[in-house]
Amino acid sequence: MLAERVSEPMEPQPYRVIEVRHETADVVTFTIEPTPGIASMDALPGQFNMLWAFGVGEVPISLSGLRPGGVLVHTVRSVGTVSEALTRLHSGEIVGVRGPFGRGWEVETAEGDDIVVVAGGIGFAPLRPVVEHALANRSAFGRVVVLVGARRPEEMIFDEDLLRWAVATDDIAVEVTVDAAGHDWSGHVGVVTELVGRARFDARHAVAFVCGPEVMMRFATRSLQERGVPLGRIRLSAERNMHCAVAHCGHCQLGEYIICRDGPVFDAARLLPLLTVRGR
Amino acid sequence: MGSVVIDRRGFELLIAALQSRDYKVVAPTARDGAIAYDEIGGVSDLPAGLTDEQEAGSYRLWCRDDDALFGYAVGPQSWKRYLFEPKTVVFRAQRVERVGFVRAGPSDAAPRYAFVGVRSCEIAAIGIQDRVFLGGSHADPHYRARRDAFIVAVQCGEPGGTCFCASMRTGPRAEAGFDLALTEIVAGDRHEFVVEVGSSRGDDLLGQVPSRPADSSDLGAARAVTDSASERMGRRLDADGLPERLAAVLEHSHWDQVASRCLGCTSCTLVCPTCFCSRVSDTTDLKGLEATRTRTWDSCFTLGHSYLHGGSVRSTIRDRYRQWLTHKLSTWVAQFGTSGCVGCGRCITWCPVGIDITVEVQALLAPLGPGRPTVSPGAGAPVEPAAPAEVPR
Repeated sequence: MLAERVSEPMEPQPYRVIEVRHETADVVTFTIEPTPGIASMDALPGQFNMLWAFGVGEVPISLSGLRPGGVLVHTVRSVGTVSEALTRLHSGEIVGVRGPFGRGWEVETAEGDDIVVVAGGIGFAPLRPVVEHALANRSAFGRVVVLVGARRPEEMIFDEDLLRWAVATDDIAVEVTVDAAGHDWSGHVGVVTELVGRARFDARHAVAFVCGPEVMMRFATRSLQERGVPLGRIRLSAERNMHCAVAHCGHCQLGEYIICRDGPVFDAARLLPLLTVRGR
Repeated sequence: MGSVVIDRRGFELLIAALQSRDYKVVAPTARDGAIAYDEIGGVSDLPAGLTDEQEAGSYRLWCRDDDALFGYAVGPQSWKRYLFEPKTVVFRAQRVERVGFVRAGPSDAAPRYAFVGVRSCEIAAIGIQDRVFLGGSHADPHYRARRDAFIVAVQCGEPGGTCFCASMRTGPRAEAGFDLALTEIVAGDRHEFVVEVGSSRGDDLLGQVPSRPADSSDLGAARAVTDSASERMGRRLDADGLPERLAAVLEHSHWDQVASRCLGCTSCTLVCPTCFCSRVSDTTDLKGLEATRTRTWDSCFTLGHSYLHGGSVRSTIRDRYRQWLTHKLSTWVAQFGTSGCVGCGRCITWCPVGIDITVEVQALLAPLGPGRPTVSPGAGAPVEPAAPAEVPR
């Protein structure tokens, strides 16, 4: 009964880098496509891939864009050996990919509702496909509100998208804020949760998509609740150490959940109680 | 496929029959002062006439006054090391121009194992790891290739001082999950094995060995072995409603109390037959042309286990002990539909400071008083030295 061989879930497939964009001093967005003979994957917003730098190691990276023809976009911040190796990739080079993994944002289940995106720092990366999906299916949704925070203006990622969305379309409300700025910044200064209170959306008919540092997600959830958004309509993307992405290695446990299998996206009603226990 | 009785010579022939069918026979042996699993040549390699004495933080082998081959409880190793090996190469790649890289070489060939002397708690532990490695949407090919091992169970007659399988309902009697199950009967000059058949390949193998049908007195004697073992368990744990009860005490002060004793040494997780955490690491050859991806046992007691850029989520031993215990007895149920504990007692025996999961659970679930949580010795504690859990050993 157990004799048949099964495929190796730890084996990456070679993808070629076709475009590299430096977002900030330490954040790079690269576009990749499967090399000839490699089947393209059907990935969804909020899902992630394991990206492998040959012989260096592998890290879980959310999809920051989905393009036709199996072309994928990932945005990586250099924080360790592997992510640094990934941010040094050049166009034409090869990266190993396993995926897609996890439960995504399930944006389509918010059809008919207002969409509120709350992003902090690199947490904006997995949320960009939510905005892109909403804009590509604009009539299916109510208001689309995008609230983005970064520590400093020079750490704001996807600034071209933000400008384009803010200027070129009336269909979407974009607000950005930074924790600290110099005199050349004329925008809002403060934490992103402050934007939630004044954004225009119908709290009773809104679905919120939140990703950022854990403390930011806790406060954003509180602000959204104060606006009247029920916990069950707030979605958060959780992060833990991850080695295998197939629920075998035990690293990404968070209480009763295995994030690579049960997440990374969770309803706040399920996730928030776990985030409020220190050291969990 | 009724039960039969074989003698010691028949048991030798049984092992030989497994070997003639190209099984690598792995069984208990005495090594380095403990019962350790190893490949055996024959029955003479088994630890005849030995028994063990286990307590929190202590393990000793002693001579028995008979020649029993299985007169001891489980040692520090479990069958996990054969099914989910401590170190596995999961992927090798060769750098190639243009396409980037290709898989190098075939995947590993799994040994054809026969496990002899598998206890009921071990069968339960294998069942738990089956759910982890085979039960999800991605099966582990290395585990699967080894899982077809031939299993000769041995019913427990000598529970250890730290055993509590009866509490966890995983033993001492194995009812399924084996090809053959032996109950060793040693009384005076009699040295026989009552053999139950659990599979057609077990039945087939048994056909090669001289035996006689088991009569009701044989079956009664076999039943008495495990009944007696059940009554002599060194520990017990009130397992009813544990997942919910433990989920309610995550901020209990007793976690700090355990943390003051716990060394964070990872011993409990390495001896545990169900702990499955592993880390994956990549290396290359010196030229950087061949990459090797290796999976190695990991432990939630290491600081690196919960590392995220900037620091570890579970930065204190309190956090890590709480993760281990609540995972084992509480959140495992939500994750995999079963408890992660089989009551084998290894984590108690092999803890260098004698931390006892049965005592800690009792303290955590005791009603919160004004002072320290109280533990009444006797329920989960060792039978004779009724040392309170608060006293570091």
